[in-house]
Amino acid sequence: MMMKRKWIILTMLFVIPAMSLTVSCAKKPVATVPSAAEIAAEEAAAEEAVRQAELEKQREIESQKQLEAERLAAERAEQLKAEAIERDMMMAMNRFLNENVSFEFDNFTLDYQAQELLKQKAVWLRDNPDANVVIEGHCDERGTNAYNLSLGERRAESAKMFLVNLGISDTRLTTISYGEEKPVDMGRDEESWAKNRRAAFVLE
Amino acid sequence: MFRRRLTIALSVLLLLLPWPVAAMPYDYIDISNPFLRKTPIAVPVFKSATHDPAAMAAASVTSARLAYYLNFTGYFTLSDPGAFLEDPQNMNITGSGLRYRNWTAIGAEMLVTGSVVIRDDDTEFELRLFDTIKEKMLVGKRYRSTADNYRQVARRFCSEVIFAISGSRGFFDSKIAFVSNGTGHKEIFLCEFDGSNVRRFTRHKSISLFPDWSSDGRWIAYTTYADRGPKIRIQHVRENRVAKIDKPGLQAVPAWVPGKFELAASLSFSGDQEIYLLTGNGKVIKRLTSSAGIDVEPTWSPDGRRLAFVSKRSGSPQVYIYDTVSGRVQRLTFEGRYNTQPSWSPKGDRIAYSAMNNGVIDIFTINPEGGEPFQLTENQGTNEAPTWAPDGSLVAFSSTREGKSRIYVMTAYGTDQRRLFTLSGEQSNPKWSPNIFNP
Repeated sequence: MMMKRKWIILTMLFVIPAMSLTVSCAKKPVATVPSAAEIAAEEAAAEEAVRQAELEKQREIESQKQLEAERLAAERAEQLKAEAIERDMMMAMNRFLNENVSFEFDNFTLDYQAQELLKQKAVWLRDNPDANVVIEGHCDERGTNAYNLSLGERRAESAKMFLVNLGISDTRLTTISYGEEKPVDMGRDEESWAKNRRAAFVLE
Repeated sequence: MFRRRLTIALSVLLLLLPWPVAAMPYDYIDISNPFLRKTPIAVPVFKSATHDPAAMAAASVTSARLAYYLNFTGYFTLSDPGAFLEDPQNMNITGSGLRYRNWTAIGAEMLVTGSVVIRDDDTEFELRLFDTIKEKMLVGKRYRSTADNYRQVARRFCSEVIFAISGSRGFFDSKIAFVSNGTGHKEIFLCEFDGSNVRRFTRHKSISLFPDWSSDGRWIAYTTYADRGPKIRIQHVRENRVAKIDKPGLQAVPAWVPGKFELAASLSFSGDQEIYLLTGNGKVIKRLTSSAGIDVEPTWSPDGRRLAFVSKRSGSPQVYIYDTVSGRVQRLTFEGRYNTQPSWSPKGDRIAYSAMNNGVIDIFTINPEGGEPFQLTENQGTNEAPTWAPDGSLVAFSSTREGKSRIYVMTAYGTDQRRLFTLSGEQSNPKWSPNIFNP
């Protein structure tokens, strides 16, 4: 608007003296004086340039925004993937640490289920070559505590030897027997006793 | 802490009268079961001068303690003082003037008399044991003691009484170690043979188990998790001295060799559990067992020649005996599928152990040469961990008969079962010491 008014004032400035000159000497050239139409065109062109610049700027911003969004999306995807891997690893570790090898009463032999579980543990140990592990041997409360201490030691050793035979280095595996001293379930029924007869895995 | 530091100050024992030292026929107790028929005994309050309150107090305390100790042995029943026909303060207490019939009339077959005189710092006791039926004195002793040692006087004389009737010196200088979790952790505690004077021995705030006394009573070996266990510590009872065993793996259930500064224990450093002989400083001398699988809980014959232990070599836990001279191993228990915790009597004639049948554990004894097991506990909760008094007359054990696991004592024949003490938490793994004369 300001520009427009400027142009109008400027135009008036030229047009009025020009008209007075034409009256006095008609032979004088008139080319140097822009016509009103020319002035309007110039005005429109300038306006168009400004508009174009504006649009260009807008496009630039839009494009920047899109790039940023793309980058964020890629980043989030990567993060989710990492989180998923992390979660899987945590789950694998929790499984490794929380799933105990079970035994029958007064027994330290590994049944089919125990062997399958130990094979899974061997996989984890291979996936985590820096992990050193303590295998704890435990018993239920029945029987006498000195014998149970010995029995717990045999249980831990059974689990260790199975893993060593699967190729896990025995330097990564130590055993400790807690006998009947550390039950996980204080109940006095077969369900509780079965939980307590275990080889448990702890990170060193 | 140890109240018997002045034991040595105890006076020389003095024989009062000429005494037939010749081989005494111990016909006072029935050898097949001495606790079946208890001998009625009267222990009137000792005589003292009525104008001396200190002597009267010493007489009353010591005669009561003597009666309590005699009753504790399981050999006697105490005659009721209310039925006495004699006035303890006015009767004649020497053999010549005793009116035996006044004692046989109330059923007392034995009689203890005593007198107490205090001179300066010394208290003098004259104590006698009579057979009221045969009308003769069996023991006569004079003791001189300081006021803080009256307990010791009672113990010394009880030891004489038991020697006169059974031929063994009793257990009056013994203690019992045990495990208690009253502090929230399993720690080793000690007490006197009668359950008095309980005090804590370990402060590991860990799990400590299986105490065992050296023959001189100066050392206790035990298993503890204080060093990321289970590891054995050999610890002095009174001084700050400890030895450990420098071997990896399990170290469990130590057993001192009688009369030696050596012990046996299960070690698994070879990859398999075996029982080893060790020095009292924890150095391996040699391996004793050689069998794959569980070998644990050694206990020595009193001559140190043979070793009973638990092995799973036949499939179930059973007691075996290893002869250190011949090297032969023989299975001892055959009944049932769970026989553990063997404990060889200091007399040598029996091995006590615990057997689990239908989930219930009870205590049995068996002749080391084999034979029929003899059941000592029955229908009273779970009964475990038998351990013999040094004369083989009593067995201490843990039982859940009152709910919580506590320490009890009974005779070698299973009679007179009683709780030794009440303590917070639960108690287990009792181990009776030898008689300790120079702690």
